[in-house]
Amino acid sequence: MQNIEFTLNGSQIEVSIDPRESLLHMLRNRLGVFGPKEGCGKGECGACTVLVEHNAVNACIFPAGKVDGLEVVTIEGLQQGEHLHPIQQAFIDTGAVQCGFCTPGMILSAKDLLDHHHKPSRQEIRRAISGNICRCTGYSKIIDAIEYASKDVSKS
Amino acid sequence: MYDISTYEEATTIQEALQYLKENPSSKVIAAGSDVLIKIREGKMAGASLVSIIKIEELKKIEKDKDGNIHIGPLVNFTQLEEDPIIREHLPYLGQGGGTMGGPQLRNIASIGGNICNGATSADSGSTLVCLNAQLTLTSLDLERVVPIGEFYTGPGRVDLKAGELLTDIVILRQDYEGYVGKYTKFAQRKSMDIATIGCAVMMKLQGRVIEDFRLAYGVAAPTPVRCPVAEAYAKGLTLTKENARAIGEKALEDVSPRDSWRGSKAYREQLIKVLAERAIWELANGGGEQDA
Repeated sequence: MQNIEFTLNGSQIEVSIDPRESLLHMLRNRLGVFGPKEGCGKGECGACTVLVEHNAVNACIFPAGKVDGLEVVTIEGLQQGEHLHPIQQAFIDTGAVQCGFCTPGMILSAKDLLDHHHKPSRQEIRRAISGNICRCTGYSKIIDAIEYASKDVSKS
Repeated sequence: MYDISTYEEATTIQEALQYLKENPSSKVIAAGSDVLIKIREGKMAGASLVSIIKIEELKKIEKDKDGNIHIGPLVNFTQLEEDPIIREHLPYLGQGGGTMGGPQLRNIASIGGNICNGATSADSGSTLVCLNAQLTLTSLDLERVVPIGEFYTGPGRVDLKAGELLTDIVILRQDYEGYVGKYTKFAQRKSMDIATIGCAVMMKLQGRVIEDFRLAYGVAAPTPVRCPVAEAYAKGLTLTKENARAIGEKALEDVSPRDSWRGSKAYREQLIKVLAERAIWELANGGGEQDA
């Protein structure tokens, strides 16, 4: 076992892990953080997307030990008190959620994009979520949501 | 749980080399985006891994006083695409890397991993072969420099000896200065897919005459390959549609594509011709990416 310390959704965490486990496994099975989902388990579907140091990564192919000393954000860390993050609100307002399995990953990929590019084109939005698979929506509403959120995020 | 026996982390080159000397059967991983997936598929089960991802000195992109560009092997594809030195001098390398996987993978996957993995489909491979990239391989006892064309030894195989680490990727000034270039990835999807054919073209033009020409492909042979026959043929030609097509035809003498479920040999041959022709024509008309 190995002890690591890192920041999870703004709080300092200390946890004992097996060096063979993934970040996804640690989040779900040790810390009870169920926002990141296991879809494919091999870095293709994006359902497990989390932010490490503000960059979207696939938690399923990210060794847990690598986050030692770093900052991790999951979907649970976006909302401020009672207020949803503008991207979360935009997904609701534009009807971008159907079954919801891909949504945490989609929102975090969108956050990576909007944190780095305030006014993305629709083409840039499509590219930013190209590592996230959705089997319900056909993507249009998701792209609408991120475009809608980009207006809101750049205002604040 | 990944099916591995040990996972160690090195934070300096020296520490990694020491560990590799003492544990010669250890497998080096950078981000692990290839190796951990192979392990999940049951290949390399029980492997002992040494991660080098925390070695900060391998994450830099620098231009030295001679104008040679040094790319740290742990530079990831997002960093490569956005780096000002790469944008100025090797935009087609950054753009090519930007076709790899999806954003989450590009945020972690490293150019050194892409090379050492030895895949013919590597999206940085054919461009680096075109650029005649010089690889510095370091072990505790020795440092050697190998041109990337000689580093690839077969499908998934590279000339990386036990105890060695790739510590620098150098693009010499004479290999990029004055060239325009373009990488075309042909795949069934625009992201999260492996190239059916990858095609890298570099040209130095004097007016409408091709002064120098470099052409390389991924997935057209067991490793990324340069095309000496087509290159020799192209030099001195005037840029016309007919000549662009003829160069593409000539490339077939340099390659040995195969049938696979991703595409037949015949389909790949067609792509090899057409992708070169289109890239040449696009570069001839001011498209593509150039050394600023």
